[in-house]
Amino acid sequence: MIDFNSKNARVWSRLGPSGAISDAALELCRLSDKNIFLTADLSFFSGLDVVKNQHPDRLYNFGIAEQNMLGAAAGFAKEGFVPFVSTYASFACSRCLDQVRVNMSYMKFPIKLLGLTSGYGAGILGATHMCIEDLAIMRTLPNIVVLSPCDCFEIVKSIISASQIATPVYIRLTGPISTPIINKNDYDFRIGKAITLQKGQDVCFIATGAILNEVLAASEILINAGISSEIINMHTVKPLDVETLDDVTSRHKLVVTVEEHSVYGGLGSSICEYISSLKRNVKVEILGINDIFVKPGDYQYQLEQSLLDRNNIVKRVKKLLQIQNVKNYC
Amino acid sequence: MGDLELICKCQQMAKKIRLDVINMTYEAYSTGAHIGGSLSLCEILAVLYTKFINFPGNLEYRDRLIFSKGHGAMALYSALAHKGIIDINLLHTFKKNGSLLSAHPSLNELPGIEFSSGSLGQGLSLAVGVGLALRRKNNTKSKIYVILGDGECNEGSVMESALSASHYLLDNIIVIIDANSLQYDGATKEIMNMEPFVDKWLSFGWDCVEIDGHNISTLINTLSIKHQKPLCIIARTIKGKGVSFIEGCKQYHNSILSESLFKLAIMEVNNS
Repeated sequence: MIDFNSKNARVWSRLGPSGAISDAALELCRLSDKNIFLTADLSFFSGLDVVKNQHPDRLYNFGIAEQNMLGAAAGFAKEGFVPFVSTYASFACSRCLDQVRVNMSYMKFPIKLLGLTSGYGAGILGATHMCIEDLAIMRTLPNIVVLSPCDCFEIVKSIISASQIATPVYIRLTGPISTPIINKNDYDFRIGKAITLQKGQDVCFIATGAILNEVLAASEILINAGISSEIINMHTVKPLDVETLDDVTSRHKLVVTVEEHSVYGGLGSSICEYISSLKRNVKVEILGINDIFVKPGDYQYQLEQSLLDRNNIVKRVKKLLQIQNVKNYC
Repeated sequence: MGDLELICKCQQMAKKIRLDVINMTYEAYSTGAHIGGSLSLCEILAVLYTKFINFPGNLEYRDRLIFSKGHGAMALYSALAHKGIIDINLLHTFKKNGSLLSAHPSLNELPGIEFSSGSLGQGLSLAVGVGLALRRKNNTKSKIYVILGDGECNEGSVMESALSASHYLLDNIIVIIDANSLQYDGATKEIMNMEPFVDKWLSFGWDCVEIDGHNISTLINTLSIKHQKPLCIIARTIKGKGVSFIEGCKQYHNSILSESLFKLAIMEVNNS
């Protein structure tokens, strides 16, 4: 039985997403003999070598051939197995998109697809390994649940939770190799139910994925400037938690969405699509990647290039509040 | 069943499928249907469903037919109907609004359709997953038959899956390529040449044989071959087989049939 405690939170954070996947995978092996693992030459990188060593018959390596891997996953699913499939997010959402569409979306096979190093997680390797479009792509496909955990603790929770629902799931993994801890202790994680990390009055951040760490840091800087922030962890991008959105937009005048993803089609778009149907006096600002491929570099460098680091988030929020205050004053 | 009796039964089944395909195309009226590539499949499906595909009460031990070449759907529906797996009256609903029998087979409440198809080049990957899954379940009884088109083999995913089937030594997979030598835009040799086709499969670690895909006894003998590797049968066929004005004619990839041509086609098949 896996322990969701502060010690494991530290261990997973140090090891990064692959370490979290390792422990989740071993737990899945324990939970059901139907759970199996497929990878495209990324067994080590995905953290699945522990499965190879401890349950060698549970892991299938398909070489560098993502399309075939997705098709084979559907074959396994048809025969009653629950395949957990891992590859880089950029390949998961585009190289084998037709297979994702036909097998997961159209035929609804309960494949659980792990998109590794999404956002800028492997951006040092260049634009081919950045993934700023997977939320947009995956959420337009019917029947697929889209998860975007914020830290390694939540990655483990997402993977275990995905195994417990009979639908196809895409799990977007973001963040640098040593992933900052957001959740230190066990908490109630439910697919489709957002988590309020802190309450506040002046601005409400709704964010998804590892970028939440920057949002939390930004909120600490903002509080010193007398600005109080509410922070929502929208770990499930589809289905969207509209109940939380109803509540938030009834209490706040400024909602700022933050994602390590294109400003087009991701969390911010999704929230705007919903809010536009409500009669609410709320301004929504989407902070994301502004339709560019940034230059390769380390994680922090890329966040800064995209104006998504904590200092830029602070600057942008202050400016938005100034504009809003002027408007209110008038 | 004696050999002659079996051959005769398969021939009758092929004829029934051919007549159904012509009828379904006619009944599809102005939307037309994939008649050419359905007519090339008649003997292959007749032999598979008469002699080889086992569809017992315990569905775990059924043989799986993965119909990758989805545009041959009419022939598949007809074969399923004559095998008694689906209601024969459903054939009249083909391509009608809301019908379970869509232009490309769709995974639905009907038995006999293992997977949805329509996006080419995916069936062999599905078979690889099924093949490995059956091995995990210790099901050594069931065979997996995969029907591909020759044009379909242009898709790179077919090559990926061929490689993995031999890597995992999936001797429970039998691929039958309906090699009718025509694809949408014209002759496969001109559009994208797959030759030497047999050598390609052999070099990927498969057993591979090339046969006349309309010869019933050859089909029976070839499908009975014992094999330790995955087996690929390149069945050389004629697109539009059985109707003289459709045979080898690329315009009949997806086409309508007027009343007069419909009557002519039915007459030709009945007189064959």
